[in-house]
Amino acid sequence: MNHTYLKTVDSDWYKQRLSGTLICVFAVFLVLLARLYYLQVVKGAEFRRQSQNNCVRLQSIPPARGLIFDRNGVLMVDNRPSFSVSIVLEDAKNPKEVLLRLAEFLGEEPQPMLSKLDGARGYPSFKPILLKRDLSRDSVAVVEAHKLDLPGIFITIEPMRHYVEGKRASHLIGYLSEISEEQLKSGRFPHNRSGDFIGKFGVEKSCESFFHGEPGTRQVQVNALGQVTRVLETVQTVPGENVYLTLDLELQRKTEEMFAEKVGAAVAMDPSNGHILAMVSSPAFDPNAFVEGMTFEEWNKLAANEFHPMGNKAIQGQYPPGSTYKIVTTIAGLEEGVINEDTKFYCPGYYRCGNRTFRCWKRGGHGSVDIIDALAQSCDVFFFQLGEKLGVDRLARYATSCGLGMSTEIKLDNEAPALVPSSAWKLRKIGVPWQAGETLSVAIGQGFNLVTPIQMVSLVAAVANGGTRYKPLVVGRIRGVDGSLVKVGAAEPVGKLAASDKTLELLRRGLVDAVNRREGTGWIARVRGVEVAGKTGTAQVVSMEKDHEGKPLESIPFRLRDHAWFVAFAPAEAPRIAVAVLVEHGGHGSSAAGPIAREMIKTYLGI
Amino acid sequence: MFDRRLVQHFDWVLLALALVLEAIGILTLYSAVNASAHVADLTGPVYLKQTYWFGMGIAAMVAMFLFNYKWLHRWGGAAYAFSVGLLLAVAFAGKEVSGSQRWLVVGSLSFQPSEIVKIAVVIVLARYFSDRCSEEGFTLKSLWKPLVWTLVPFILIARQPDLGTGLVVLLIAGSMTLFVKIERRSMICLTGVGVFVCSVAWFFLKEYQKQRISAFWNPETDPLGAGYHVIQSKIAVGSGMVLGKGFLKGTQNALSFLPEQHTDFIFSVLAEEWGFLGSAVVVTLYLLLIIWGLSIAMRSKEPFGTILAVGITSMVFWQAVINVGMALGLLPVVGVTLPLISYGGSSLVATMLGIGILMNISMRRFMFKD
Repeated sequence: MNHTYLKTVDSDWYKQRLSGTLICVFAVFLVLLARLYYLQVVKGAEFRRQSQNNCVRLQSIPPARGLIFDRNGVLMVDNRPSFSVSIVLEDAKNPKEVLLRLAEFLGEEPQPMLSKLDGARGYPSFKPILLKRDLSRDSVAVVEAHKLDLPGIFITIEPMRHYVEGKRASHLIGYLSEISEEQLKSGRFPHNRSGDFIGKFGVEKSCESFFHGEPGTRQVQVNALGQVTRVLETVQTVPGENVYLTLDLELQRKTEEMFAEKVGAAVAMDPSNGHILAMVSSPAFDPNAFVEGMTFEEWNKLAANEFHPMGNKAIQGQYPPGSTYKIVTTIAGLEEGVINEDTKFYCPGYYRCGNRTFRCWKRGGHGSVDIIDALAQSCDVFFFQLGEKLGVDRLARYATSCGLGMSTEIKLDNEAPALVPSSAWKLRKIGVPWQAGETLSVAIGQGFNLVTPIQMVSLVAAVANGGTRYKPLVVGRIRGVDGSLVKVGAAEPVGKLAASDKTLELLRRGLVDAVNRREGTGWIARVRGVEVAGKTGTAQVVSMEKDHEGKPLESIPFRLRDHAWFVAFAPAEAPRIAVAVLVEHGGHGSSAAGPIAREMIKTYLGI
Repeated sequence: MFDRRLVQHFDWVLLALALVLEAIGILTLYSAVNASAHVADLTGPVYLKQTYWFGMGIAAMVAMFLFNYKWLHRWGGAAYAFSVGLLLAVAFAGKEVSGSQRWLVVGSLSFQPSEIVKIAVVIVLARYFSDRCSEEGFTLKSLWKPLVWTLVPFILIARQPDLGTGLVVLLIAGSMTLFVKIERRSMICLTGVGVFVCSVAWFFLKEYQKQRISAFWNPETDPLGAGYHVIQSKIAVGSGMVLGKGFLKGTQNALSFLPEQHTDFIFSVLAEEWGFLGSAVVVTLYLLLIIWGLSIAMRSKEPFGTILAVGITSMVFWQAVINVGMALGLLPVVGVTLPLISYGGSSLVATMLGIGILMNISMRRFMFKD
């Protein structure tokens, strides 16, 4: 090493290079020291004042959440300005005293606000702590008037969710609530900070990623009391994207009117693409209450209500299908070749299976009936015999192809799969082999089987459109603030009914006769000028006790009354709407649910 | 091997400088995290962790001066290959923290190999240059190897992404090359290429990095984002005035106006609490450390020791200057630690490794006297 070294450069050369380096180092450090001197000595007093006043603050501006419209662009949910009062501890000097004074000015108990203060322990002292949302204009005036007595207290305006129509479509639209600590920590909500509202239910939840927008920031100069004296810079918020539901507000309104004082659910669907035109679950709740803040008692009252207003019965409610299930039995019978259009069974008003007697709803019997008569008059005996010949497992297979017993894949939370019973299911679940008589009950929708209204409307829509089952869609399109199309709810087929065109044609004729023939069970739902196809269903809640039979509805205790079903589509030849209506404990399908279905069809078709 | 002269020549000045700076660092860290509860919640008592890392740093330093530094000449290549291997490991199996994949986790320990790589690059370059130094300087043709050795770790670090550390690697290599002199025509050529590369590189920077740089040139364009940090840092430093607000009394820091106050902006905390007096002393201590490093280079009687010492000194120089310059609003905000003062185990250990090597060179200068 030393050898090469001596040949090329000597240590004087290095010394010379090093002195050059040293000069550079001195120069740079001189700049640093000069800058320090400038900042701390020359400008020191000015910066000290700035730091003492802490005059520059960052404020976050919450973005406006995306709006919700119906399919025709009618506004359903928007944001209204709301006043909030917050405190900055740093400016308040003695926060407790300031809060007591504030509570006095507002004429309120100080405790809730004081507890907010405790909740924010360990918070950086220059960050505002929210004390109370949605102040009245009078309160705002009082606070502003006493500004000087309330150091550190300031009022901000922020957009607050406003459900224009109140309870309308509340289960579909959903509601918001304050983001939880766990959600913030989960990292799934990078756009949100503590105190933000996010969707907790319904479309508000499923479209959260479109609704939220981007918060803006504002750099402000504040005085010693923490009040803004000057806005230095603003980064504007980016509002959330607007959601256009598939809902028809007019139809929704009419349906909800029909459900006043009733418990149950109704869904209307466009058979050509699966768009949900109306979705009602009764009773409903007011989503405004969630953003405005509910007391503990109010929440308890809502949660403990025996009619479960918080649940969406259209997708969560599981009910025995009653005679509407005969649609499934018909498809199975025709497809399996157990019957054809000429097959006739004789109905004496009862049917004997083993040592049990199963009765038709019509005591006197229907006489000799074919499949179309049986559907039109809902003859139980015909379907007892058909069901007995099919067996439960073949029925189950067809029920599954009809989309029963599984999720419809609607994009809403808590959808119930309901239940298609089979012999294997019973053995597994109850541990007892299947009994022949149980097949008869299943064939008329009265056994173990359970369906949800959304499953039934999907099934009827498929019957109407020639056999295609579509995924139910609630969001038609999503638009950016500038009107650009962000997302379109395109029709998504999820399955085909296992039914030939001929089977569907027979089924359709039976359903048309049910409504349009005087002896049909759905006569009540006929509409002048339009051919409606439909099926009634009366689902027993408990096996009807002898002493209630034949009694007028009013004399039976509410909880023991039958559930009433009506499923329909119209116009029969070129269907534009399919509906499923369920009235809990409504009594007869035709009298309780039929008129609702009729009014829905009339409203949507504009008759 | 163990000569009595080794003990006689032990570099007490260097040790004292390092210990004083480290002590200041731990005190400042204590203030930085003590004042604002939310940082402590996130990281635990960082000044205790830093003390523990300092112990490891001392061990690394001692390990570095026990053997003759000429061994580094022999094993430099292996050390370089090993540390680049660690960087590759980070790229494939590293731990990601807030968007950057910089850490390797071994047991309960996590460290940043990019810090160690800086030392390794210094060693290989020192070896290469010391073997080939001439009065004419290096031509472009003879510089391609050092260029590759520098660019490989630079690219690996920059894509983590950790632009600050990557930049420091480039600056160290650049300073060492300038020190051993570049031939005139090559120099002109390099300058042209450098300007071109910089303008192209701009397009490859991540959005936040661009923002920081443009915010530096014009803080008013982004007073709420990157520019906000610079403004707040300047207020913190300036408000310290001549005598400072006193230990634990910094308000900018306490109110969390300062971002990253225990790493990137530690100097602002210090300047706020100790004023011009304190911060000028700290800056002067760095100046002394660097002068001392260069004097070790000068007193070394053979080129490998000289260039090695220059390389390590340049590492301390660039990090100190960039970090302080950033806090004073002189340079754009890039994440570079202040040697011995910022929180960060890997950075501390790497700096102590460097100090150990400097001591080694300083202690063994007599061996070439005769």
